[in-house]
Formats: sequence, C-alpha cells, structure tokens
Amino acid sequence: MSDIKSTIDAEVQSADVVLFMKGTPKMPQCGFSGQVVQILSHLGVPFKGVNILESDALRAGLKDYSNWPTFPQLYVKGEFVGGADITREMFQAGELQTLLADKGVPVTAKA
Amino acid sequence: MTYRQRMIDKLTAAFAPTLLEVEDESARHHGHGGALPEGETHFAIRIVAPAFQGVSRLARHRMIHEVVAAELAERVHALSIEADPS
Repeated sequence: MSDIKSTIDAEVQSADVVLFMKGTPKMPQCGFSGQVVQILSHLGVPFKGVNILESDALRAGLKDYSNWPTFPQLYVKGEFVGGADITREMFQAGELQTLLADKGVPVTAKA
Repeated sequence: MTYRQRMIDKLTAAFAPTLLEVEDESARHHGHGGALPEGETHFAIRIVAPAFQGVSRLARHRMIHEVVAAELAERVHALSIEADPS
C-alpha cells in the first residue's frame, strides 16, 4: 500500500491538472470521464489524463487515497477537486475557473 | 431487496430528506465496463436535505458515499449525485 501511495503521490504532482479517468482524453471509455475531458478542453486547461483501467492497483489505491469510490477523479495542484458531478457543477457556477485561477493554472477559454 | 431500495432506506434514515430520487440508469450503460447483466450498477441520486446546509459539495458527496458504502462495494459502480440543502 505504501508503494502505491508514493506512486499516486508522484502522479498527482506530475502536472498542474491531473484527471484519473476511464480511457484516455482522446478515447474516454465512460461518459462521466468524457464530460470532464470536455469541460477541461472547453476551458483550454492543459491536463494530464491517467487511464485507471490500465492498472488495478492504481484504481484500487486511488479510491483509498482520495477517499472517493468512483471515477473520474480530478486533481488540481495535488489537491482533490471531485468527480464528474462536482466538476460540472463548479464549472457551471464559474467556480472551477476561479479555482484554477487561484491556483495559478493558466486558462485560455475559447470563445 | 433491490440495491435501489437499500439506498433509499439508508439515505432516508441518514438525512431525513425533503426530496429523494434514486434512479437506476444501468440500462443506459449496458455493455459498458462495470455494467453487469443483472443491472443495478449505475444510479443517479437527487437529494435535498437540511443536513447539507453549510456543507461543501465535496463533503456532501462524501457523506452520501459513506451511507451507501456497502452498496458501492458490493454492486454499485457509478453514482451520480446532486445534493442540495433546499
């Protein structure tokens, strides 16, 4: 467990925005993962997609690490933001954009 | 008892909601990873309860996850949640 924890520690720090998802940003394999990809892409936020379907250890480890039972899981600057519902609600309320700005993540929203 | 009914009972007991809808959306995810032939894998919960007043979105979801932890561990694979205080 400590091994997977350090792996996840490194993974969440590996980019400003990390999305643990089913499938890849280009080929999401779950509608909820796809929604978050769309939101981040719409905002023009560079992010790293990690396909949790490729590793059972990572998938199981992340549920404990984040204390969150489902995927996708969004991290910004190493901090857990939420799953698809929370990301969508925050985006609709403009809070996601504020969070990214507060954390110093560049956002280039497309008109 | 269905997983849907189990979750309704537990959420009702835990939060005394003024509104609670638990919709089984499994059929829409047929054939997708995590879907089971027997269904009851994908749910959407809409809940309104005063208990969520002053509680962050993340914390609301975690409160709900905790109440239905057994269902999530045994069968339920995806849980869409909309939780509001009023």
